[in-house]
Amino acid sequence: MSLLFALLFYGATLILVGGVAYRIYEYARTPAPLKIPTTPAPTTTGGVALRMFREVVFFESLFKSNLWIWALGWLFHGALALVLLRHLRYFTEPVNFIIAFIQPFGMYAGFAMAAGLAGLWARRLLVERIRYISTPSDHLMLALLLGIAITGLAMKFLMHTDVVAVKSFFLGLMVFEINPLPAHPGLYLHLGMVALLMIVFPVSKLLHAPGVFFSPTRNQVDNPRETRHLAPWAAKFEAKN
Amino acid sequence: MADENTPVAAAPAAKPAAAKPPEKAKVVAPTYREFPTIPALKLDAMVESNPYVAAAGHNEAIGFPGTLVDGWEQKAVAKMGELLGKYRSLRVYMDACVHCGACTDKCHYFIGTGDPKNMPVARQDLMRSVYRRYFTLPGKLFPKLVGARDMSKDVLDDWFRYYNQCSECRRCSVFCPYGIDTAEVTMAAKEIMHSVGHGHKYVNEIIGKVHKIGNNLGLPGPALENTLEGLEEDVLEDTGAAVKYPLDMQGAEVLLVTPSADFFAEPHVDSLIGYGKVFHAAGISWTLSSKASEAGNFGMFIGNYEQMQKIAMRVREAALELGVKRIVVGECGHAWRVAYAFWNTLTGIGAGANDPFAIQLQKQLDPNYKQPSHICEVTWDLIQAGRLKFNKEANDHRIVTFHDSCNVARGSRMGEYAGGQFDIPRNIIRAVANHYVDMSEATTREKTFCCGGGGGLLTDELLDLRVKGALPRMEALNEIVQDKGVNFMATICAICKAQFTKVLPYYGFKMSMVGGVHQLVSTAIVLNSEQ
Repeated sequence: MSLLFALLFYGATLILVGGVAYRIYEYARTPAPLKIPTTPAPTTTGGVALRMFREVVFFESLFKSNLWIWALGWLFHGALALVLLRHLRYFTEPVNFIIAFIQPFGMYAGFAMAAGLAGLWARRLLVERIRYISTPSDHLMLALLLGIAITGLAMKFLMHTDVVAVKSFFLGLMVFEINPLPAHPGLYLHLGMVALLMIVFPVSKLLHAPGVFFSPTRNQVDNPRETRHLAPWAAKFEAKN
Repeated sequence: MADENTPVAAAPAAKPAAAKPPEKAKVVAPTYREFPTIPALKLDAMVESNPYVAAAGHNEAIGFPGTLVDGWEQKAVAKMGELLGKYRSLRVYMDACVHCGACTDKCHYFIGTGDPKNMPVARQDLMRSVYRRYFTLPGKLFPKLVGARDMSKDVLDDWFRYYNQCSECRRCSVFCPYGIDTAEVTMAAKEIMHSVGHGHKYVNEIIGKVHKIGNNLGLPGPALENTLEGLEEDVLEDTGAAVKYPLDMQGAEVLLVTPSADFFAEPHVDSLIGYGKVFHAAGISWTLSSKASEAGNFGMFIGNYEQMQKIAMRVREAALELGVKRIVVGECGHAWRVAYAFWNTLTGIGAGANDPFAIQLQKQLDPNYKQPSHICEVTWDLIQAGRLKFNKEANDHRIVTFHDSCNVARGSRMGEYAGGQFDIPRNIIRAVANHYVDMSEATTREKTFCCGGGGGLLTDELLDLRVKGALPRMEALNEIVQDKGVNFMATICAICKAQFTKVLPYYGFKMSMVGGVHQLVSTAIVLNSEQ
């Protein structure tokens, strides 16, 4: 079983890193031939950086749009960030003091993450408009994330696993050694779902994470009259004219 | 919830008697919502909306296949692949949507019709489902799981129906956490449909006229000359001032490019009269062009770069031929978006170029002015410089509000800072009229609602859609009509003016309630009659 999980995580990591890197490469190489920032938009690069920061950190547009989705979505993402940071302790020795410091917060963030996900799922089921636009994969994605949160919390509060052995397993993977993974059904479930999430990341809507940085309506500077903006494929038309 | 079947006379409770009977029995205005609640879904409410398919002649005249080509399914998918490689917006927006639902209640057509396919995300999904099927692994392996669909006639019909129920107003893009702009998706869908011979009659007919004659209305040079002479006589009679409306005047300082509706349509022409008075009062020499007698650019509506560029090139050519120093754009929403945001790219009208094609024009243009400038920027600069005088009392019979046109609000800018496009027109109105009131802030500035007729939908066969799509704007207008006695809605878009003129009566308002900002300027400006 340890070997199986080792292979699973090597594979999942390759797919995640390779897949997302390829997507980013695709986004980056595809030109944006026209200036299409949603205005009012910043007129300087610094302003665009600030707009993007507010968008990514505070979900500014979503806040303007719908307070319920914003609150639940922000709760989930914020909590997820804390939980991920907390999990860095499984990959580092010694553990950075900041990571050590946030351990208790990360623990409670697990509950916040589950609550946020449950709220988003409730909206998906209860609000007619959102039910209409939901596909089976939207529900599965929530099920997967919620499953990860619940199994994680269960291992913390209900059925402990040998976290020292888990850490040794992951530290081992990082130097291509396969150490024994505790035989624990909750852990198997937890890790299996995490690996699945990593695998589907590059082919699913999870691409919104890298995608937002490449969104021309958000990342373009509003200066079309001051600078000429020309995509290579569009420049060819000028020769004809 | 709005009851679709309420007779039009009952719709705006305040003015039942003023309502004009609708021309077609089936076209009725939806009732105002007592509170701005989100409508319940009405499945297939707009499935009967049938934009006219362009005839072979209209398609072929502008270089598209005449009718649906053989093997169009594969060709459409191939075209989608091509566009995914050419437009980062489309590439990212096909992947990034998480179906959060933030946009679902933001579209005026959804609010007015309740048809779920008019929710921005659902409109995008009409294309995203095909994208997933052919361009993503999960869609190839498990189409049902991710909502992927084969390209089929049913899909094409849905595209034609519902992408012609999007006015490309970008309101949804303001609220999307990833900035997904449905207009980009709609444009791509139209581009794909055109490439396989399935165009929209209204838009293609118009594009053909621009290429052939020079403007959307198909007005030839002599007709323009006649009209302008008539305007000069009218203004002289009204004001005693010999205001000129020059056409093709070599060596003029300013080339004014304005929507062709300004030459003939009401209330558009009143703004054209106003532009002329502004130039006259400021002593700026200017001219119109018979070659570039159209500011509008329907190439944008169909997402076709080549068409858009070809239309815009007429302006570049006219500017070079006439030797003008400045290019100014009249009151037209999408035209200003194309001019402001795209002209520098398409034609070199702008600044900051380092290639010979653009430099040829840019060295001719005066760098002390923004190129192109909006007529409102010109007028506001002149007002600030004290070069225009107004008799504001002349507008005292009007209580004015301002409708932000979508393309100006969310696709362009005026002046030096972000948001100048909201302040400058309002500043002008306040400078020329004593009574000004804003509509609800949930419906103005970047949150403004489309008039319901933008994006190439300003055609009679879509009147039902247009009336319903105007609902949120009419609600906001009605509120200040009731509370503040507003009787004039100024706007700076030819499509807004034409659309409101048509749909205002369905909501019990007079069609003359809508007009241009420069119509107000025209009323109040003091002319030196000796000039």
